[in-house]
Amino acid sequence: MSAPVSGLPPDLPSAPASGRSSASSDDLRAPTAGAPVEQAFHAIGFLALLLPLLAFLVLFVSVLADAWPRLGWGFLSGIPSRKPQLAGILPALVGSASLMGLTALIAVPVGIGAAIYLEEYARRSRLTSLIELNISNLAGVPSIIYGLLGLEVFVRAMHLGRSLLAGALTLSLLLLPMVIMTSREALRSVPLSVREACHGLGADRFCMLRLVILPMCFPRMLTGIILALARAIGETAPLLTIGALTYVAFLPDSVHSAFSTLPLQIFAWISRPQTSFHENAAAGIVVLLAVMLLMNGFALWLRARLQRRLPG
Amino acid sequence: MSALESEIDPDATPEPKLQISHLDAYFNDRHVVRDITLSVPQRRVTAIIGPSGCGKSTFLRCLNRMHEHVPGARARGAVMLDGVDVYHPSINPARLRRHVGMVFQKPNPFPTMSIRDNVLAGHRLNGTHVDAPGELVERCLRQVALWDEVKDRLGRPGVSLSSGQQQRLCMARVLAVEPEVILLDEPSSALDPIATAHIEELIEELKERYTLVLVTHNLQQAARVSDYMAFFYLGNLVEFDRTDVIFTNPKESRTEDYLTGKFG
Ligand SMILES: Nc1ncnc2c1ncn2[C@@H]1O[C@H](COP(=O)(O)OP(=O)(O)O)[C@@H](O)[C@H]1O
Ligand SMILES: [Mg+2]
Repeated sequence: MSAPVSGLPPDLPSAPASGRSSASSDDLRAPTAGAPVEQAFHAIGFLALLLPLLAFLVLFVSVLADAWPRLGWGFLSGIPSRKPQLAGILPALVGSASLMGLTALIAVPVGIGAAIYLEEYARRSRLTSLIELNISNLAGVPSIIYGLLGLEVFVRAMHLGRSLLAGALTLSLLLLPMVIMTSREALRSVPLSVREACHGLGADRFCMLRLVILPMCFPRMLTGIILALARAIGETAPLLTIGALTYVAFLPDSVHSAFSTLPLQIFAWISRPQTSFHENAAAGIVVLLAVMLLMNGFALWLRARLQRRLPG
Repeated sequence: MSALESEIDPDATPEPKLQISHLDAYFNDRHVVRDITLSVPQRRVTAIIGPSGCGKSTFLRCLNRMHEHVPGARARGAVMLDGVDVYHPSINPARLRRHVGMVFQKPNPFPTMSIRDNVLAGHRLNGTHVDAPGELVERCLRQVALWDEVKDRLGRPGVSLSSGQQQRLCMARVLAVEPEVILLDEPSSALDPIATAHIEELIEELKERYTLVLVTHNLQQAARVSDYMAFFYLGNLVEFDRTDVIFTNPKESRTEDYLTGKFG
């Protein structure tokens, strides 16, 4: 066998011959300067996270306790009734779903189109900066203002009445700033190197967008849009403002139908004096939360699934 | 005719493929490429060397008009491709880039596309029809010596390859659109020595059919693969000559200082 191999090159002394003495073990164990602050920060941060979670948990448990006797197939498939035990939520559930679908059909193409225009085509000018500034401001406008706008423009001026279409148009206005902003962020996330590769191959802007950029940012756009819709499904004020109904005993059958939604139905039940209607409201809240959680979960799943194709 | 001549006598000065005259390039008010006049010979490798920040990349990107994609960037002067001024207002820069292809410093295959689709991406993006896509993919991947490594997984994402393989995939993608000139901006600076050797071999082979312009910060690489060499310093062209002449007998003292490592 060959000679045993030493861990050190032969010409290197095993300990520094001169200079600073080697670190004592105490020095190696001493804390660094920021450590006490860091520990305090950890504790505060953990509490800040825990408190809202606890508050939500308490709320959820108490709602669930109220809702428990009502939750069941009958509640999901029933229509509203004067007798709380018989009342169901189907029209509101279908109303919410149709409203969201219609809203997505309107807001998504317009929003993505606007984002593509602003991000890819518009020249930087004062006008585009002004538009960009206003889009971010619009995202912060209280939703009831959109309701008033919808009432004036869609319900009255356009004679759409209290229809699904009027509701969807109103919610679309509410969602557009968010859809535009998330879509722009998605477009901006495509690295410059990929765009340069396209230009270098002689692609024009349109082909680059269609074949490379949009497929790349599709997962991000989609997640952003689903999250925006999940928020919009809980909107109550703008729909009350345009006069959507709180008591609907039929399913919407066209975009011109009157409609109700989950939050409106919950609102209606909670305004009743009889406590047994409050149990219905609690059950409605559980259904609404479940729908929102499902949408958020779907968005997360979709992102994880689609982004697996996009490493790096 | 000229091609035949250069095959008979490899030392004969070949026809110029690109003639650059009085080219200036700016980023807003910054003048980064200054009055460059230079002829790039056909079917040869022309290396651009110089310290970092001296305008090599910018110069290269002026040749296929990529420079103007940077906001605030502009270029002035003439770049003649086979006698046609690519800066003439009637020239469509997108179409120019099919004739003057580019390989970038960092491998940039399209992340959503398979290996196969990456090779075909140029045709897809240009909307040109490919008669036998399978054959084209095989031919281009063979040209970059990647075929044997990937032939069983053409449907896998291009980004699943190692970075050296990715860079060769990017070269195959450029070859698929059949350019005449290929611009390479430090194509192996992000790669390990073995992958670098692959790229250099490839450059040697490609110069039989293509005109190559290679930006590199690696003098040994320039010495190994280039036939002509341009030394840039602070945006100016200091010296341009045959590579062997520059290395053995530079005319400018700044070139000699740079080659001997006195600065850079
Ligand atoms: N996008 C840009 N905007 C402004 N200045 C730039 C930009 N890119 C490069 N420059 C400047 O232009 C000069 C030349 O850059 P470059 O051509 O990239 O040099 P090289 O490739 O020789 O390292 C440098 O001084 C650099 O700082
Ligand atoms: Mg560079």
